[in-house]
Amino acid sequence: MFRLEKRPMPSRVWILATPVIAVILTMIAGGIMFAILGQDPVEAIRIIFLDPLFDERFASFSRPQLLVKAGPLILIAIGLALGFRAGIWNIGAEGQYIIGAICGAAFGLAFYPSENPLIFPGMVLAGLFGGWAWAMIPAVLRTRFRTNEILVSLLLVYVAEAILASAATGFLRNPDGRGFPGSRNLSQHPGTDNLELIAGTGMHWGVVAAFIAVIFSYVLLNRHLMGYQIKLAGQAPRAAKFAGVNPTRLIVLCLGVSGALAGMAGLFEVAGPAGQISIDFNVGYGFTAIIVAFLGRLHPVGILLAGLLMALTYIGGELAQLMLGIPASAIQAFQGMLLFFLLALDVLSNYRVRIGREVAA
Amino acid sequence: MTAPLLEIAGLTKAYPGVVANDAVSFAIRPGEVHALLGENGAGKSTLVKMIYGLVRPDAGSMTLEGRAFTPAEPRAARAAGVAMVFQHFSLFEALNVAENVALGMEDPPRPRDLAQQIREVSETYGLPLDPDRLVGDLSAGERQRVEIIRCLLQDPKLLIMDEPTSVLTPQEVEILFHTLRKLSAEGTAILYISHKLEEIRALCDAATILRLGKVVAECTPREVSAAHMAELMVGKSLAAPARAATPPGAVLLKVTGLSLEPATPFGTPLRHIGMELRAGEILGIGGVAGNGQDELLAALSGEARTSPGAIALAGAQIGALGPNERRRLGLLCAPEERLGHAAAPDMSLTENALLTARLRQGLDRHGFLNWNGAQAYAEQVIAKFDVRTPGAHVAARALSGGNLQKFVIGREIMQAPRVLVVNQPTWGVDASAAADIRQALLDLAQNGAAVICISQDLDELLEISDRFCALNEGRLSAPRPARGLSMEEIGLMLGGAHDMHEADGEMPHVPA
Repeated sequence: MFRLEKRPMPSRVWILATPVIAVILTMIAGGIMFAILGQDPVEAIRIIFLDPLFDERFASFSRPQLLVKAGPLILIAIGLALGFRAGIWNIGAEGQYIIGAICGAAFGLAFYPSENPLIFPGMVLAGLFGGWAWAMIPAVLRTRFRTNEILVSLLLVYVAEAILASAATGFLRNPDGRGFPGSRNLSQHPGTDNLELIAGTGMHWGVVAAFIAVIFSYVLLNRHLMGYQIKLAGQAPRAAKFAGVNPTRLIVLCLGVSGALAGMAGLFEVAGPAGQISIDFNVGYGFTAIIVAFLGRLHPVGILLAGLLMALTYIGGELAQLMLGIPASAIQAFQGMLLFFLLALDVLSNYRVRIGREVAA
Repeated sequence: MTAPLLEIAGLTKAYPGVVANDAVSFAIRPGEVHALLGENGAGKSTLVKMIYGLVRPDAGSMTLEGRAFTPAEPRAARAAGVAMVFQHFSLFEALNVAENVALGMEDPPRPRDLAQQIREVSETYGLPLDPDRLVGDLSAGERQRVEIIRCLLQDPKLLIMDEPTSVLTPQEVEILFHTLRKLSAEGTAILYISHKLEEIRALCDAATILRLGKVVAECTPREVSAAHMAELMVGKSLAAPARAATPPGAVLLKVTGLSLEPATPFGTPLRHIGMELRAGEILGIGGVAGNGQDELLAALSGEARTSPGAIALAGAQIGALGPNERRRLGLLCAPEERLGHAAAPDMSLTENALLTARLRQGLDRHGFLNWNGAQAYAEQVIAKFDVRTPGAHVAARALSGGNLQKFVIGREIMQAPRVLVVNQPTWGVDASAAADIRQALLDLAQNGAAVICISQDLDELLEISDRFCALNEGRLSAPRPARGLSMEEIGLMLGGAHDMHEADGEMPHVPA
């Protein structure tokens, strides 16, 4: 029989190889699923993974979409990964994303119709602050009253969605919008817009912020004491206490950073690709970023690649729906397979598979 | 003389690197209360695990009521009439007493019948216990009664009790002894594991003394003194300290009236601990596990804060400071648990070097870490303390216990501490590594540092300590010079037969 034997040290080879193998296995299993659905599996996989980037007909539209979609995923996932490494589980990035967007948009709209160039930086700060403040609720509740941050942060998503609905229909509603829900369009107004920086790339300030966050987080985790303490607290909480790590400070820091980055991502989205606060402004980036963080093994560079890959499956998935009529739920199942295989194969980096029975000791 | 109930002949069990039991033989008659006596690591647990079917012996035989007895698993042992109460309880706090008892039975009766049976047994044996109460609301003594009643319902012929009094108040001990005597009178044999000598003298009919896996003596506890048993348990040949006595220097560490509530429900509170530690001195603190060793180390390391004045380092009040501020001042610690406390298992030795050495070795600048410096320091520790590892990049969990312990102790010693506190520095470490570690502690003291060595190994403490005191239920006895300390005195200090209970609430012990 097969049995697993713990490796004395995690295997570097397998840590790097498992994401690749997981993608290949997902293609195989997904191909089988598509075949059962009556589609040509090779064509479906090609449409999902290759056509968005290389097909003449779609590339001009979908290539920029890659960064537009990957930007917020990476930005949020970088923040979440810091907490996950420390064993602090912020599941409510979606709520912090919404509140960040509302705060940032409110700041910009407060000065409407001014076109002062300082407004946009102010909006970024307001978005950052909004996300941070929303994340401070689970942080303070956990450190003061020992509540579970998973539940509190998750449930606050639904509170944030209710606030979003009231913002879109009430206090941020466009006065010139003839009563329709939704705020003024920020991306069409100079001073509050977050436009494409280089034409045809999809690169906007949020993508720049995501890249900066990747670099910053890499340095933090590999070179800085704070990153060391985060890793230590996650791996060996008692040793972290012995090393003088203050758990309260770490919780406030990790939840704060992840909230601030999620809030910023929300602001960049509302001022750019989304354009306005609307009832259905949030599309689940905050939750998908959790997958991205784990897909990237909580490593900054891994998250960068995982964010791009996840964005690709979204764009390719939409394309496959459009071209082949594959149902949206099949695309979601496909994305779920990716996460499943990745986590399942994770065991190989810490364990060795042996065949045969254990020799009695 | 009745025929023996259980007869053990030549039982041997070896683990890699250590022979836990070496040809152990003894016999228990029905109704006998038989003590199994020995220090930690003497092989008591391995022996009872073999009787209870948890561990299979390498050699030797057991005979129960004249028939060969080879339990493959605890269920088989229970079916043959052997029951065991473990030191650590396996109870569900959210369930009531009857439900917990039912969970441990092969074929539990209907709940109402079971509750009735529990009431009957608890009345018969004088173990007051209400079957409907939640286990979470019970005291440690009451929880133990749940375990005992679970055993008694199986009508055992032999009841094994592993350190039963370690969690009990003196009053609860009286109740337990009353029950055990009644069981014994009815013909149930009891195998009683302990190292509390006075208890054994009060309760047991016979004692088998184990030392380093071998039976070194058998005696009738009532007829010999506690001191004699302690001597048998510890062994007579105590090695002389490998250094010349140095005159003690100035007082470096002073602890006064240190009391601390435990952080967890299973911790031990510290009570009025006082001690004075001088430069160049090693203070040995002995005691049975779970009497406050971890808590004392946490209070000294700064993981648990106390009132500012309770701990003073060279005159400065440090009770309210955290671990790193204390390290800066020169108070370093090495906890007992290597993996997960003293070191992070999945981190490399370089990363683990950083764990405690960052401040004193200057391994960061404005929070940015100097990895080359950390690696160099780790390599120095590896070289100086002969840590067997392919390199500093290896994860801590890949090292053997002894090698990791050398690394952990070396990491602290090479930071030139003014005061070093170690807990169980040679636990689970092979003999040569243990000797290296002890010599390193001696050298450290020789060079003017002060060392506190908390240990359950009496040999070790007598070998290296200048003064010796005992930690018992969170109280620290007054220190005595280690040289010339007789086994009787040590046995009494450890066994808790001294008059410390009366000291509760009075003045803390003034160090001599």
